[in-house]
Amino acid sequence: MTTPGQTIGPFYGYALPYRRDHELVPPARPGAIRLHGTVFDGAGVPVPDALLEIRQAGPDGVVPTVDGSIRRDGTRFTGWGRAGVDPGGHYSFTTLVPGGPVPFFAVVVFARGLLDRLFTRAYVPGPGLGDDPFLASLDPDERATLVAVAEPSGDLRFDIRLQGPGQTTFLTFEGTP
Amino acid sequence: MTADPSQRDISAEIEALHAGPAPARQPILSFTPYRSSTLRHPTRAPRRVDPEGAELFAPVFGHCDVDPLEADLTIRHGGVPIGERIVVQGRVVDGDGRPVRRQLVEVWQANAGGRYLHQRDQHPSPVDPNFTGVGRCLTDDDGGYRFVTIRPGPYPWRNHHNAWRPAHIHFSLFGTQFTQRLITQMYFPGDPLSGLDPIYQSVTDPRDRERLVAAYDHDLSEHEWLLGYRWDIVLSGPHRTPLDAS
Ligand SMILES: [Fe+2]
Repeated sequence: MTTPGQTIGPFYGYALPYRRDHELVPPARPGAIRLHGTVFDGAGVPVPDALLEIRQAGPDGVVPTVDGSIRRDGTRFTGWGRAGVDPGGHYSFTTLVPGGPVPFFAVVVFARGLLDRLFTRAYVPGPGLGDDPFLASLDPDERATLVAVAEPSGDLRFDIRLQGPGQTTFLTFEGTP
Repeated sequence: MTADPSQRDISAEIEALHAGPAPARQPILSFTPYRSSTLRHPTRAPRRVDPEGAELFAPVFGHCDVDPLEADLTIRHGGVPIGERIVVQGRVVDGDGRPVRRQLVEVWQANAGGRYLHQRDQHPSPVDPNFTGVGRCLTDDDGGYRFVTIRPGPYPWRNHHNAWRPAHIHFSLFGTQFTQRLITQMYFPGDPLSGLDPIYQSVTDPRDRERLVAAYDHDLSEHEWLLGYRWDIVLSGPHRTPLDAS
């Protein structure tokens, strides 16, 4: 029997965030981009008490399995990061664009008011997305919520809507009871 | 303008939802007695998918990330915190019963008076200068973790009139896959507030709900020093892909 989840609550802010938690690479590193966006509730209001984590491959398509995500030394790419939102509901990671045939960032969302975590994916926009069987199985509006938007700067924008029109497509994994 | 609901109102809502046809083994995201969930639960069902790529790998943490002293929440601030010293100990295993080895466990909690060291906590109960209520450790080769801390106090919140959270410790856990990520809360046995709490009661299957409650374990208590609680955590998964099925 699986231990149930419970909400992250309002008071994680002095416990879970840590220095450079959201910097998978230093901002000055060549190739560094921001993956950023805003978390909205069902009324379209930004959620000021949400926390996100991402897991990803490097540009070579390989998912790193090295430690060092908490005490970041600025050289090792661990492929994992954590970002709390600011009072305007905005989060931002500094990272590298993942590689591979249909690259995406695995994303998990926690918030006060959200009784259990939500999983989703932020796909890197590109021509290969049309070939992905999972994406092809979705309605166009559901699919659109999973694809990050490339900005002129090279950054990627990925907003999250917990509820309502344009709700983000959340995921449950095979093998989940 | 309507008055805040009473505990009686909230308890009646909880009872009605518990009488529903299929007890939920995970929290019901749209559990209306927890008022903050109203605009924050998805209304479209999640899409079922085979995990792939980065989802198949949990982040890796090591001894460079976590200082062993971070597992004792009572020794890090110069003086001795007020309250009942306890140890909370247990194992993290996956759905197949396999230990989750050398993985990060994070905890945070209120102090003995029910106050968090968080600027948004307005509960008029004193901050303890010798207690922040934050800890980390890595599990051992058997999936075991151990925190020495102070038993947290219950605290009021604004869900409804005279609302109180039962004493609890927040836990953050990782498995061997990203898909196993879990944040939850550990409760104490015999707490009279648990039956009144819409967050705890959002897991409507009583047997699964009770998985959130630690057991008092006298064998973990130490002579003239502290009281022991045992709490084991079972993560979901591992989530297999069709390739594993052979
Ligand atoms: Fe709490």
